[in-house]
Amino acid sequence: MSSGRTEPVAPGARGSRASRYGLRSVALVYLALILVLPVGMVFFRTFENGLQPVLQALSDPETLHALYLTVLIAAIAVPLNTVFGVFCALLMVRRTFPGKAFLSGLIDVPFAVSPVVVGLSLILVYGRTGWLGGWLAENGIRVIFALPSMVLATIFVSLPFVVREVVPVLQEIGVEQDQAAHTLGATPWQTFWRITLPAIRGGVTYGVILTTARALGEFGAVSIVSGKIAGQTSTLTVHVEERFQQFDLVGAYTSSLVLAVIALVIVLAMTVLKPKEAGS
Amino acid sequence: MARPAPSQVLRRRKVRRSTWLGVGLVTLYLSVIVLIPLAAVAWHAAELGPAAIWRVVSSPDTRAALQLSLFSSLAVAAINAVVGTIIAWVLVRDTFPGKTIVNALIDLPFALPTIVAGLTLLALYGPKGALGVNLAYTRAAVMLALLFVTLPFVVRSVQPVLMELEKDVEEAASSLGAHGPTVFRRVVLPSLLPAIVSGAGLSFARAIGEFGSVVLISGNIPFKTQIAPVRIFALIESGDSAGAAALAVVLLLISFSVLLLLAFVQRWGRKGDE
Amino acid sequence: MMKTLGALVLMAVAAAAVTTLAACGGGSPKVALVAYSTPREAYAELIPAFQKTDAGKDVQFSESYGASGEQSRAVEAGLPADVVEFSLAPDMARLVKANLVAKTWDQNKYKGFVTKSVVVLVVRKGNPKGITTWDALTKPGVEVIEPNPFTSGGAKWNIMAAYGAQLKQGRTVQEAEAYLAELFKHVPVQDKSARDALQTFVGGKGDVLLSYENEAIAAQQAGEAVDYVVPAETILIENPLAVTTDAGSSSEAKAFYDYLYTLGAQTIFVSKGYRPVVEGVTGADKFPTPANLFTIDDLGGWDQVNKDFFDPTASVMATIEQGLGISTQQ
Repeated sequence: MSSGRTEPVAPGARGSRASRYGLRSVALVYLALILVLPVGMVFFRTFENGLQPVLQALSDPETLHALYLTVLIAAIAVPLNTVFGVFCALLMVRRTFPGKAFLSGLIDVPFAVSPVVVGLSLILVYGRTGWLGGWLAENGIRVIFALPSMVLATIFVSLPFVVREVVPVLQEIGVEQDQAAHTLGATPWQTFWRITLPAIRGGVTYGVILTTARALGEFGAVSIVSGKIAGQTSTLTVHVEERFQQFDLVGAYTSSLVLAVIALVIVLAMTVLKPKEAGS
Repeated sequence: MARPAPSQVLRRRKVRRSTWLGVGLVTLYLSVIVLIPLAAVAWHAAELGPAAIWRVVSSPDTRAALQLSLFSSLAVAAINAVVGTIIAWVLVRDTFPGKTIVNALIDLPFALPTIVAGLTLLALYGPKGALGVNLAYTRAAVMLALLFVTLPFVVRSVQPVLMELEKDVEEAASSLGAHGPTVFRRVVLPSLLPAIVSGAGLSFARAIGEFGSVVLISGNIPFKTQIAPVRIFALIESGDSAGAAALAVVLLLISFSVLLLLAFVQRWGRKGDE
Repeated sequence: MMKTLGALVLMAVAAAAVTTLAACGGGSPKVALVAYSTPREAYAELIPAFQKTDAGKDVQFSESYGASGEQSRAVEAGLPADVVEFSLAPDMARLVKANLVAKTWDQNKYKGFVTKSVVVLVVRKGNPKGITTWDALTKPGVEVIEPNPFTSGGAKWNIMAAYGAQLKQGRTVQEAEAYLAELFKHVPVQDKSARDALQTFVGGKGDVLLSYENEAIAAQQAGEAVDYVVPAETILIENPLAVTTDAGSSSEAKAFYDYLYTLGAQTIFVSKGYRPVVEGVTGADKFPTPANLFTIDDLGGWDQVNKDFFDPTASVMATIEQGLGISTQQ
């Protein structure tokens, strides 16, 4: 389950050593071109002019507030989407109900909506003249151009991950173990915590990682509904764009690097913290 | 979808009620987050009337942008399905120094702001590119940016299934005399297929909506490298937000049909397998 | 895993609670400034300078900067704003229509504008291709970088400058439109915003960038290796400023608005590359006066121009783009 786990090479796979090397080179060359080089470029650009400008950009109060806001939004959006995702995946794999294919198609839709449209849609609902805008204004509740709409946008754009990661795993493990537990007198709740959840751990973990990464990196939709108020509703990605606008590429790259480092720490933390016992 | 287990059949009545409750909760969450905002967009578009919507959607630049978005997203999904599976396979079943690091890097495309993704790709593959290949402002550049932002999808959905997939099944198949490719096609692929299709579907959806990283490196040339989301943005900028909403709904319907189609392909694949 | 999930949920609840609490609060008089992105550097000096005056003492600011059109739409949709500045007048007109800015916003001595600029030809350091006129842009082998006029509101200034320059040279309307079509054959990249276009140009693409004088000066001040030429015929860019109706009786917002027209404030604008609207600002003489300067009103005003040139499906520019598209697809 852990990325570092060493798997003994299957005896039957001995003859396929050549193909194994072949696959490895394909994977690594592709990753080098598409992933490692661009990400390496971000590192290089950040430290191109030494450490001083980076430290300066990092100690800027606006950057720090943006960082706090980004983490806060992710801390609200990720747990909500995780609980929803696991619940929804269980429902879709283990239960039958009409309209399931429709629901399944619907889950992916948030990704297909371009960020400008996500922003437009939230404004149409919560904006001054939007569906709920008047009522919200009367009651003095700020949704748009404040934290709530930024959270809504983030939940929107990171919604599908956990569902999509967990569904295939649930399909793969089947229901035999759950039934055994049920026969032995376990309550559904016990079965879920003791049997199902440990078995789908891998899927949930990757779902959470992807959700978090996406929540941290979202720009378009959040920037539109944030109002971009400096030091108040500006997230790290909005801050990156601001720096870019002001010809401060080092500042922009530094903030991006902070995002990348947070994402890396989360991936590593989830790999390390994961219980060691295997699924079966 | 799932084969009904005996106990489920017996308890059908009881299960049903809780299922409805579950479906209700899921629908509620989806409504608040996704459906109501999208309904507002559709409503906004509908105010235009069919003739005006058609005028927006059928203009030659819009059609060209839609075509480009659709085809490049499909191509990206297909490439991801193949290469993503290979990468997942290598990350789970292979061992080599530095694997942990490579595995941790996979998600970074999501965490990087799109503008930075665009900038770095431009710095690498642009006019002053460090690699000496200039892809900037071509359709290849559109693909490149899309491949970058969609990289994690298939890898991350295949990985957990591959880990759950019991190795001994493969080994048994091998010891019974099946060859590598046969084992893969008959034993491994059917189990992975849902995950691959799911990941490819997400890649497609993300690719068709992606905007920030593409627009900088594509050069945004109408009829050549302009993607549909930019066209939507252009309509909003020109004060035609209803037209933008109309185009957004059309784009959404197209991608929704593709996603449904994928779901059916997947189901059909599973049936054929059983 | 159970603990992890539980912890996650707790975290979400706690985070939500913290923000609800943080949302409450108040304090000294506050002015919400919403502006387009380029004057940000200027406001970074203007606001502290204002706070040093009697009227500006203890006044706190919240600032929001972004693409002009986006900022205008945000204010329309409910972004709190007391003072607004945009790149072009139609963005102000949107707020007038929404009753957020008084119809009389353009009735002050300066017609509601706070800064001016002109469209210039940004070239590589030392102007290696010797570009000084509009006609040079359509010579064989010259690449022009110009943002997409449908995604960048500011890009419209460039196109109207090019178009008006033709008329000023005595050409007919047809010839001027033909010039635009020819010009766009030399545009290999149509970035979505003026800033992206500048990035493309600095990144090594193209021979000329159509941009504003203040942008070119800002780029130079930021250390980019560019020069710029003010062509003999060009358009006068005027940036509108207003106090919103939301500001109501807020005397601080009005005080800040008035401050921006003082000699001191205008001098700061000048140091950031903007042309002043107020007479007698030191340093204003560094800006060359083009022989044939014209305004958007000379070309029919924004309402007319937007309709004739920039309708996304049927207009001069839409036809030009479609014409180019057909030839690239062949």
